Amino acid sequence: MKKIYSVLVENRSGVLSKVSGLFARRCFNIDSLAVGETFDNQVSNMTIVSSGDERTLEQIEKQLNKKLDVIKVKTFNEEQAISRELMLLKVKYNKTNRKDLMEICTICGASIVDMSKSHMIIQICDTPEKIKVFVSMMSGISVVEVARTGTLALPKCNDLEN
Amino acid sequence: MNGADAIVKCLEEEGVKYVFGYPGVAICPFYNSILSSDIKSVLVRTEQSAAHAASGLARVSGEVGVCAVTSGPGATNLITGIATAFADSIPLVCITGQVNSNLLGSDVFQEADITGAVESFVKYSYLIKNVKDIPRVFKEAFHIASTGRKGPVLIDIPIDIQNAELKNFKYPEEISMRTYKPTVQGNFLQIKKMLTELEKAKRPLICAGGGVNLSHANKELREFIEKNNIPVVSTMMGIGCLPTKHPLYFGMVGNNGKHYANRAMRDADLIILVGARVADRAVNQPDLITENKIMIHIDVDPAEIGKNCGPTIPIVGDAKSVFSDMNKEEITTKTEEWLETLNHYKETMLIKRNPDANYTDPKEFIIKLSNKMKDDAVYVADVGQNQIWSCAYHEVKNGMFLTSGGMGTMGYSIPAAMGAKLADRNRQVVAVCGDGSFQMSMMEFATMRQENVPCKVVVLKNGYLGMVREYQQFTYKENYSVVELNDYPNLELLSKAYGINYIKVNNNSEIDASLDKFLENEDSYIMEVSVNPFDIVRG
Repeated sequence: MKKIYSVLVENRSGVLSKVSGLFARRCFNIDSLAVGETFDNQVSNMTIVSSGDERTLEQIEKQLNKKLDVIKVKTFNEEQAISRELMLLKVKYNKTNRKDLMEICTICGASIVDMSKSHMIIQICDTPEKIKVFVSMMSGISVVEVARTGTLALPKCNDLEN
Repeated sequence: MNGADAIVKCLEEEGVKYVFGYPGVAICPFYNSILSSDIKSVLVRTEQSAAHAASGLARVSGEVGVCAVTSGPGATNLITGIATAFADSIPLVCITGQVNSNLLGSDVFQEADITGAVESFVKYSYLIKNVKDIPRVFKEAFHIASTGRKGPVLIDIPIDIQNAELKNFKYPEEISMRTYKPTVQGNFLQIKKMLTELEKAKRPLICAGGGVNLSHANKELREFIEKNNIPVVSTMMGIGCLPTKHPLYFGMVGNNGKHYANRAMRDADLIILVGARVADRAVNQPDLITENKIMIHIDVDPAEIGKNCGPTIPIVGDAKSVFSDMNKEEITTKTEEWLETLNHYKETMLIKRNPDANYTDPKEFIIKLSNKMKDDAVYVADVGQNQIWSCAYHEVKNGMFLTSGGMGTMGYSIPAAMGAKLADRNRQVVAVCGDGSFQMSMMEFATMRQENVPCKVVVLKNGYLGMVREYQQFTYKENYSVVELNDYPNLELLSKAYGINYIKVNNNSEIDASLDKFLENEDSYIMEVSVNPFDIVRG
């Protein structure tokens, strides 16, 4: 089972290490983790995707709530959320595959954001599943470097209680 | 006023009477300021003892224990004591000196990332980087340590912050922490639901953990069970929740507990687990205790509920508050038959022992010791066979039973007894340890002498790390590895070195007279009790 935790935390030094340390010490999985400031610069939002059995997933929420730097924990399933990931890929191209590459990018909604005579950087921002598809499409291409955020997620509007 | 003066002022505001610690350069500004205060500093002989002594003081006084040590090794030496307090939910505020704040992270002399190191066994930690934060941080720290599920809080203060000037010291009256609001009062509907189930139950049982003692719910628990005739068992940390001889008390559960207590857990059709973690030593198959029975879990820490076993009815709240709410409701229970069964178990399911007449039988010794101890005495058990025997045979009257139950830290008893004695000098305090645990803390006799804190220390001497030896006897077929302690040190000579009384009990016939002498006055005493090296706790 997968669960997404949207965790509001105090924007202080050491908080990320406390939260990730909690996952390590209690043998909880982190499938992905993304952190960023919210509108309030004293508060950060951590989006953590974890998997495990029901008891573990419940414990994660309780243990997060126990941390004194945690302001609020929201949990939801993948279906209840809009989730996105951002990936940047630097690939090597040549005359023969340039067109193919551009076609894949168009189909997958990716864009080319930087280019030289031999290399280009492709940016894709989509759901984790779509990104997976895109990655598999890139299998024949020589990928030089990859940078990828963790999953960012917010509960869908109709699931919001307030 | 500088930062160090402010720290001392904060401690005064919190009503702190003793600070246990060990100075070093990084905490010297603090130790300089404390000289002009009425707060007494106690110089322990190793930092770990500072935390244990603060723990003993906290448990007896109900206040927050405080220790202060220097940076680097001072702070790291404190860690085991902090972890011990954390495992047993003991409220401590631990102050550690730190190197100059502009040197942080550069690995200078005696720098250790102590807030990072203790992260998984403190309730919270602070690294103060601005002298103005001192009053707020201390107010919060004492609040965090002593509320909800209690526990240690660490405050790391660089030396330059202690020396920095602070104008306008004002100790905050209120705390505003948006992230910390522990639930104390149990949900009324859940309590109602529990009481309805309790009325239906034929074989109800309360299993009391350390939370009952920590929230001082003993009176409320007693009122509830006496009114409704509900039997009680306890975990190791729950010992003392009721007098041992109370007719409704059926002993300690767990793999080192009473057979009849475990049988009661198995037979019960409803268990109210209160202030207990359901850790492996108390309940080794947590899934089994929820089988075919209604499980109600009361705990102030929501994360404990459902961690090791899934309850039917969870109640988040402080034991004292929940029991007083329970006492307001009138219910009818029928437990005569169940109590009859339990009493039958209690009479028949005894631990069999084969005492050796050449040595002192620890069972007989501990029973006699507790009979001769004062009504409200504090018994501090260490870790090892001595602890298991103490749990099994010490009879708590109206006193307290202290031990390191969660972490099982050897060497706890002597410094904790010292802290307990300082919390209440009128109370009789007896520490019982083995010759292994004794040697982990015997340096504290010097502290006792220096601070004039008389403690009675019993050493059950068998020349072995008995608990491990026993484990090796059964698990490794008597293949003993690194468990023999030999006969050193000579306790009689050692007691002379520290200038304290010494008495030896060789066999059962000497118990009575020796105990009378041991307990007759207030002086410190070491009592050496010869125990058969091959005696075992299991039976």
